[in-house]
Amino acid sequence: MTAYVVRRVFYMMITLALVSVVGFAIIQLPPGDFLTTHLRQLGITGTQLSEEELQDIRAYYGLDKPGYMQYFVWVANMLRGDLGESYSYRIPVGELLGDRLPLTVLVSLLTIVVTFLLAVPIGIYSATHQYSLGDYTATVFGFVGLATPNFMLALLLMWISLSWFGFPITGLFSSEYLDQPWSVAKFLDMMLHLPVAILVVATGGTAGLIRVMRGSLLDELQKQYVITARSKGLVERTLLFKYPVRIAINPIISGIGAVFPEIVSGTIITAIVLNLPTVGPLLFNALTQEDMQLAASIVMVLSVLTVIGVFVSDMLLVWLDPRIRFGSERSAA
Amino acid sequence: MSDVEARAAATELPATSADTAERYYLASQWTLMRRRFTRHRLAIIGLAVLGALYFVALFAEFFATQDIYRRDSDHLYAPPQRIRFVGEDGLSLRPFVYPWRVELDLETFRNRYAPDTSRKAYLRFFARGDEYELWGLFPSRIHLLGVDEGTLFLLGADKFGRDNYSRSLYAARTSLSIGLVGVALAFVLGCALGGVSGFFGGAADMAIQRLIEFMQSVPQIPLWMALSAAVPRQWGPLQVYLSITIILSLVGWTGLARVVRGKLLQLREEDFVMAARIAGSTAPSIIVRHLLPSFLSFLIVSLTLSIPGMILGETALSFLGLGLRPPTVSWGVLLKEAQNVRTIELHPWMMIPGLMVIVTVLCYNFVGDGLRDAADPYKSN
Repeated sequence: MTAYVVRRVFYMMITLALVSVVGFAIIQLPPGDFLTTHLRQLGITGTQLSEEELQDIRAYYGLDKPGYMQYFVWVANMLRGDLGESYSYRIPVGELLGDRLPLTVLVSLLTIVVTFLLAVPIGIYSATHQYSLGDYTATVFGFVGLATPNFMLALLLMWISLSWFGFPITGLFSSEYLDQPWSVAKFLDMMLHLPVAILVVATGGTAGLIRVMRGSLLDELQKQYVITARSKGLVERTLLFKYPVRIAINPIISGIGAVFPEIVSGTIITAIVLNLPTVGPLLFNALTQEDMQLAASIVMVLSVLTVIGVFVSDMLLVWLDPRIRFGSERSAA
Repeated sequence: MSDVEARAAATELPATSADTAERYYLASQWTLMRRRFTRHRLAIIGLAVLGALYFVALFAEFFATQDIYRRDSDHLYAPPQRIRFVGEDGLSLRPFVYPWRVELDLETFRNRYAPDTSRKAYLRFFARGDEYELWGLFPSRIHLLGVDEGTLFLLGADKFGRDNYSRSLYAARTSLSIGLVGVALAFVLGCALGGVSGFFGGAADMAIQRLIEFMQSVPQIPLWMALSAAVPRQWGPLQVYLSITIILSLVGWTGLARVVRGKLLQLREEDFVMAARIAGSTAPSIIVRHLLPSFLSFLIVSLTLSIPGMILGETALSFLGLGLRPPTVSWGVLLKEAQNVRTIELHPWMMIPGLMVIVTVLCYNFVGDGLRDAADPYKSN
């Protein structure tokens, strides 16, 4: 068990290192460094810099050093919590993310909870009532949910809310609460707006998980221990939740690891369409304005959070599944 | 009794005669797979619809009703024209459409459209219309559908009065092919890296596994967004198309590599590999002649199931304006026009490309599911 956890932590470190390389690559991708862009803008306003001043600025930002040194400086700064300065907003990236990051995490986590709460019961129902009307409905919902792009669903729900309530539900707050500090009223207002956003993101994940849950529970229900338990006279309900469901739920738990990045991805696009105050629209703006410093930081932070999320879900699986806890390599791999 | 018979018939169990039994036992794995697949009704429907979609996309120039860049300033946001058989003056055996009577609403400054029932525009098959070059090679003017005079907006018009139907068909070519090209790239990457990982093991395996783990644990969309935003603005349509496809397949190969590696690890211990080795086969010939055929079916399943993700990815990126860009048309590019809720309210037909995306992805998922069931030798025969 300890060996497994240690190995997982080690792997996570490798993944994080790779993430940082990608993050740095994103900053470097556009031709020229950000100073070139900056100089072009200065040139437009008519400011001319001497060669010496230029060298000073380069040295100040560390742009005169070789690429790998710049990378290490960047990583070191990041470890100290310094994400650099946003080029388009002219304030530190950390400040920009400050308000939006907690909301992003909140929306993502709530989405996972909702995905779970929807998928597991529906999956169990589908498996125990195979080929019933409910099962078919769930299957159709599952397939269509998987096939519908998140942004279309968001647009559709906005349209429905527009035609039902007379205004489209966008954002997380009504306009009067936008710049207000947190209060009970603002919190309640957010609670009104959250469901739409969460529902949109949750659909895709739910659809997939329902199918996994249904499939794995159906496999379990055919096994002999279920027949034995039944012939012993165990009440169907107790039997179902005590044995097959407990086993069938494992792929779902390990599935969180796979679903987590998808949900974070889904939140980004939905957030852009619904204009949620999460990092989604911020990333979009950063990319359209070629503010790669900000974009790379957001991709980095999101990836780090996701990697940690996947790690936590793996640990959950260890805790849930004794086969892994007692060191069976097969199921851990 | 009848239930048992029905099941026997449905699963083609060798219950009827010794002849079928023999055919069943002598059938090759591929024959069995084909039989199992043809019994998956949804998969067959999915395959048929996909076939039709790809056929139309292949001959988009012919199936389109007009040039996709032709603007009609008199018909901005014209609604779809219904094909009718019954008019004011009773039944007509030839299908026709009513042209739009356009009025400018002086309050909203938007065009108001009403069908002009006094004039009928009969649909003509193989009609002469805008000139085009099929695949850029064969010049022609023949379109499947056309009208002699007036307009034919089967799926409405966009803000420039361009025909939504024709544009959706051309867009299908881009969106549908991106899935295939992307999967081809993913196939090469996945087979190469998964093959190295599974066959040689050791340090290479360790490195590739960590790489896959990394690719799978990073949220795709932000990464795709960042990478595609870095595609230079001045690049031509083909370069952008290729780079977006490469970006999409960068993530897609990981699942495939896992399948290849897993199967290789499992199979290289099998007796038949040992037998081939003793018989003097070389490593490449073992891989190509014996190992590859035994898990090719799993590869095909994995490939089919990864196409929808690429199509959805392209749609999402282009919808945000980070993927393909006009004048290229793809379903995502067309959906970009339907970005706000007002558009959906006033011009719902601009969402039709989205429906096409849903149908395509749905069909791919059905086919993928059918293939997966068919390829699984342990599933009931």
